[in-house]
Amino acid sequence: MKLIFELSKTGRAAADIPQSDIPETDIASFIDTKYLRDNLDLPEVSESDLVRHYTNLSRKNFGVDLGFYPLGSCTMKYNPKINESVAAFPEFTSLHPYAPEAFAQGNLQLLHTMQRILCNLFGMVEFTLQPAAGAHGELTGVMMIKKYFEQKGENRRIILIPDTAHGTNPASGALCGFETVTLRSNNKGGVDLEHLEELMGEEVAALMLTNPNTLGLFERNIEKVAQIVHNKGGLLYGDGANANAFLGKTRPGDLGFDVIQLNLHKTFSTPHGGGGPGSGPVGVGPKLVDFLPIPRIIRKGQELCWSDNFPHTIGRVRAFYSNFNVIVKACTYIMSLGAEGLVRAAEMAVLNANYIKEKLKPYYDLPYDRVCMHECVFSGRRQAAESGVHTTDIAKRLIDFGYHPPTIYFPLIVLEAIMIEPTETESKETLDEFCNAMIAIAEEAKECPQRLKGAPLSTPVARLDEVLAARKPDVVWKKA
Amino acid sequence: MDYCPHTKEDIAQMQAFIGINSIEELFADIPEKFRLQQIPDMSPALSEQETVALMKMIAGRNKLPRLTFTGAGAYAHYIPAVVSHLIGRAEFYTAYTPYQAEISQGILQAIYEYQTLIARLTGMEIANASMYDGASAMAEAAVLCGKMSGRAKILIARSVHPEYRRVVQTYAWANGYGVQEIPFAASGQLDMENLYNCLDENVAAVLMQSPNFFGCIEDVTSVANAAHAGGAFLISGFTDGTSLGILKPAGDCGADFVVGEGQSFGNPLNYGGPYLGIFAAREKYLRRIPGRLVGATVDKKGRRGFVLTLQTREQHIRREKATSNICSNESLCALAAGVYLAALGKNLRKLSLLNIYKTQYLKARLLQLPGWKAVFSAPVYNEFAVICPNSWDINKKLENEGVIGGYELTKDYPELGSSLLFCVTELVSKNDIDHICRILK
Repeated sequence: MKLIFELSKTGRAAADIPQSDIPETDIASFIDTKYLRDNLDLPEVSESDLVRHYTNLSRKNFGVDLGFYPLGSCTMKYNPKINESVAAFPEFTSLHPYAPEAFAQGNLQLLHTMQRILCNLFGMVEFTLQPAAGAHGELTGVMMIKKYFEQKGENRRIILIPDTAHGTNPASGALCGFETVTLRSNNKGGVDLEHLEELMGEEVAALMLTNPNTLGLFERNIEKVAQIVHNKGGLLYGDGANANAFLGKTRPGDLGFDVIQLNLHKTFSTPHGGGGPGSGPVGVGPKLVDFLPIPRIIRKGQELCWSDNFPHTIGRVRAFYSNFNVIVKACTYIMSLGAEGLVRAAEMAVLNANYIKEKLKPYYDLPYDRVCMHECVFSGRRQAAESGVHTTDIAKRLIDFGYHPPTIYFPLIVLEAIMIEPTETESKETLDEFCNAMIAIAEEAKECPQRLKGAPLSTPVARLDEVLAARKPDVVWKKA
Repeated sequence: MDYCPHTKEDIAQMQAFIGINSIEELFADIPEKFRLQQIPDMSPALSEQETVALMKMIAGRNKLPRLTFTGAGAYAHYIPAVVSHLIGRAEFYTAYTPYQAEISQGILQAIYEYQTLIARLTGMEIANASMYDGASAMAEAAVLCGKMSGRAKILIARSVHPEYRRVVQTYAWANGYGVQEIPFAASGQLDMENLYNCLDENVAAVLMQSPNFFGCIEDVTSVANAAHAGGAFLISGFTDGTSLGILKPAGDCGADFVVGEGQSFGNPLNYGGPYLGIFAAREKYLRRIPGRLVGATVDKKGRRGFVLTLQTREQHIRREKATSNICSNESLCALAAGVYLAALGKNLRKLSLLNIYKTQYLKARLLQLPGWKAVFSAPVYNEFAVICPNSWDINKKLENEGVIGGYELTKDYPELGSSLLFCVTELVSKNDIDHICRILK
């Protein structure tokens, strides 16, 4: 398919500009020409060309609305249409962030309500909605931890990260000047308590724990883990990427977490937009409230308003207030599900994952064979050993069956990992069909491994040369 | 309303298959004492109709202004209808990050085109797939310069957006860097004299915006030369992206990084987010920059295709050694920007001119009012600062007419006294301007 630049023809445009109702003057009378650009190299296309270009691009893209998307740890649940409709209300889309608060009481009420709901749902004392994504929330949380120890006058420079953790955890620690040390998992897929005891010292600021972890397993020893960390004066950070598993079932605040970040684009059904925008609210327990980023919402008489007046704050982590429009969608979703719907979401998500686990167990190795939460992690090592077919090949072949592949090669502690998160919005029929495809692929791996290695066969392009892309980077198009 | 398709029979069959008698058994790993019986204070489920009614009621507590004269980092522009239609394609907006290239060629190509558009607009050689917003893009660029230079001080123009300065301060503190402000001269531009004095062997980068927070166009070339002479990087931002339709981009003035807010390109005001962090750089920093990059390559039949590339910079591969922790970015906002820029094409220049004409008209009218004075002498794009008799009263007067007036500079710049920052875009007509001038007379 051509690039938009290759469609360009001088003299065309898809958007016109109104005639000026103010007499046009020589621009040089306002701005010295040394500040003006010489040329503006943008494509010139007609509106129909533009619409066809992007529509045809969209047809080469796979989204949840097209089919099953069991991308582990990403919680690709259905994105309800009503959320989109509500978020498109002009009252929500067209207000300037610096509109006087008297104009924005609806927005402030929505944000305030959302904070209160999240506090109740996760057992935290306060939430900030500022962070723009999960990793941004992690960074915010880690900054608060840093500030907490700075205030206490303690020099703690280490953050412990389990070997199952998302890559964002160590990266967030590093972007905040911490040294990260890896904590081992035990043979049941949980935290190795002895190793934790050994590592946990006066220099450790926090343990960043994902619970349930990326193996889809709930940390049975969570009480003990929290105790070990807290006894040494450390803080327990919760990565809430997998919060979909326990909505209304348990609360991180009750489990001993001091700070937790959520991903509204996972747990609360806001669409991920092909990579973003997300939203990464951070909840805190009593120890960290003072350090929340500014601004925060306060009540002044009948009105809600913004305040920067928090002397111990870490400061700002972004401009303005939050990915507001994403929060509108998440809030709509929560209101619609209500108490019973949230619990049912967690229950059906966990039921679906366990159903897939049991169905595929005979065909793929299951390194941790126990009840899972919202996702299950298989290993393709049997296929690799027997037929030389790797997890990548299995994933690519799934595309030919009409599915988005699961997350692969993660978590890192599982060889040839295949991480499947069905979410609650998928029916038994969908799961059965998907499992049949996985079983058929396991058969193909034995009988016709070449077919898997050549997959996908049904897509506009075959497997792409990633080595070439990295060796000779071409990230900006240049006219030949 | 929930979105679970499970019937009672489905659940019974699935339980039987798993070998459990109740769903509760699946939650057995959660210690008994931590099991929640009920979510406190949570309302019951609502039907779709009731949900809409509730959200309409909340939305109804907002008051939409008739006109907005505030910019200050977020700009009301006309968004062509094609933008929402195209980014509203579910194939785009219900997709995750394009990890599986073969079924993600749509968004991958669109991002590659976006990167190209941004590089051309900013006068840079490369651009990434987006950051969270203009402020975090600037902050990450500053941290990167600290790491690359091994120097620990960041100089930031006081004429940079006050919230951006706060964000840079936060990121710098977390990484052990100091931040020092460079004041503005009487022109409204960065005080070069002061900059020379502050540049020493410990300065990693100089941060500025052009147009700056006051709308003033900066002499980026001079600042770049000064920064480079001191061995520091120049990170240059901008306020309203549409200014790039007419102004010489910082890339053409010698900046090492161009960062800024891309909201102006096809993204609604949305009360502050989601917006679009633009991050562009010189090619030599390609392997050091944060964020996703899409690259062109070929498949085994030689057909052109696109992939996420240079991922060894990123957290999911490199973990604590990654160039940033960013994972989710603002793809859909970048898509909107791509569609917007492709739709306008060369008309972006016309749009810039229209913004300038209207701004100059308002400025001339306001300066005729008794006691109103321009604060700065430097040329401006679509914002300008004025000193006026009582900024608070003036805005109240406008508010009473449903008009959002200028941004009150006093709270961030007490040294300016009673002053307002006005912004005019193409959405404001001559009649509107005449109307508010009558109110203020």
